[in-house]
Amino acid sequence: MSAHPEIAYESFSGRRIGAMVLRYWYLLRSSWPRLLELMYWPLVQLLMWGFLQNYVGQNASFFAQAGGVFIGSVLLWDILFRGQLGFSISFLEEMYAHNLGNLMMSPLRPIEFVISLMIMSIVRLMIGMVPVSLLAIAFFDFNLYALGFALAAFFANLILTSWSIGILVSGLILRNGMGAEGLAWTIMFLLLPLACVYYPVAVLPGWLQSVAWLLPPTYVFEGMRALLINHVFRADLMVWALALNALYFAAAAGIFLVLLESARKQGSLLQTGE
Amino acid sequence: MTLPPAIAVDRLVKVYRTGTAVGGITFALPRGSVTGLLGGNGAGKTTTIAMIMGLVTPTSGSVSVLGTDMARERHRVLHRMNFESPYVDMPMRLTVRQNLRVFGRLYGVIGVDERIAELAHDLDLADFLDRQTGKLSAGQKTRVSLAKALLNRPEVLLLDEPTASLDPDTADWVRTHLETYRARRNASILLASHNMREVERLCDRVIMMKRGEIVDDDTPDKLLARYGRETLEDVFLDIARGRGEAREAAQ
Repeated sequence: MSAHPEIAYESFSGRRIGAMVLRYWYLLRSSWPRLLELMYWPLVQLLMWGFLQNYVGQNASFFAQAGGVFIGSVLLWDILFRGQLGFSISFLEEMYAHNLGNLMMSPLRPIEFVISLMIMSIVRLMIGMVPVSLLAIAFFDFNLYALGFALAAFFANLILTSWSIGILVSGLILRNGMGAEGLAWTIMFLLLPLACVYYPVAVLPGWLQSVAWLLPPTYVFEGMRALLINHVFRADLMVWALALNALYFAAAAGIFLVLLESARKQGSLLQTGE
Repeated sequence: MTLPPAIAVDRLVKVYRTGTAVGGITFALPRGSVTGLLGGNGAGKTTTIAMIMGLVTPTSGSVSVLGTDMARERHRVLHRMNFESPYVDMPMRLTVRQNLRVFGRLYGVIGVDERIAELAHDLDLADFLDRQTGKLSAGQKTRVSLAKALLNRPEVLLLDEPTASLDPDTADWVRTHLETYRARRNASILLASHNMREVERLCDRVIMMKRGEIVDDDTPDKLLARYGRETLEDVFLDIARGRGEAREAAQ
């Protein structure tokens, strides 16, 4: 038998994060239907809203001028929605596999686990979004990448929101078991009307506008409309979104740690079923 | 300098809303020892092991492993210990090799692929290393779980009924391997089991638990002598049915 390897203690380890990413990659590539599904819904959404935009654009001059607003909305919404789903699905894989106990007994630290889920949310998002964004160019002459720096700002803010929600939902599932699984699939739809994905904030009643401005994605979708309709990049909106995101991300991470500790106290890490 | 015990449990209590699972137990395991943790269903064995691993937070009391306080610094020592139980599945959709690679990296094993090859040889896994874990037989899954538990060459190994549901031949094979591993590495093993013959064979000390309390703690020979029994199974039954207490009261 070979000599005992000296395994040094590392308080933070990229190698452990890499191990988790490798695990999710093995899972993802083991099933081509899952890979296909990552593209399926974004494609359906793109086609539906793209053709609707074409139809409306032919009949209303405003929409004819504001080319790509619907398609831009649908693509940015998918970043928000699929980002959270990618995070949550990777987490749920551990629940389905009853593997959380193994992970929590290993040297993997909660922050490393969360970072690996964040990386996987981007990987899954890219697998779905890159082909669909290229199809948007081919079908509707809408080039998302032409947004340049603005796209980077939109993406950063949306993915941060998606991670905050993903972390919060994962904490709730940790604490309450699979009974809370439904939240992972549905919670983002609460943001769909409030974050004003397809219409400006101004159409909401006054009191609801205040609620909408508490949500970072609202700033992104307003910023996108300002860019596509008025050709103005609103940096102020991005800064507000980033500040709110920083606040919500820190809060979500804190709540996750509290729920994890609560799960340890309740013994629910031993029983990760319903 | 004296090394701290492999595991030190001090006045450990776990109270759930449904009742007390562990009611203030204290014990220390010397380095290189194999200790059996025995008790009927609901005796508190699994909760005790979960608290030692840091999966469950104690209501009060403390656990230290290799001198490290598990409540505050468990991440400093988790790479030096490991756990195996047939009731804790390995991810089913990954192949055996993929699972071992992932856990090897999580535990910081240097030369993971070489270590997997070594374990595949020792534990006879070579034929199914590239098969999905979910498609293995119970015996094969147990060997894979054991390989995962030994990947990092743990100094402290916790085992929860490691041979449950195995045929006698495979169970004997697993016990032999555990004996060999302990002898080679001077590892400390805490073994929860319902199999008294397994405990007699492997353990140099037995802790008997009942309703969250330690009701006896000694070497197998001394327990047999004290209860006037031929087998640990009879001792277990005496304790489970309260006959041990009755005998002590009569004396």
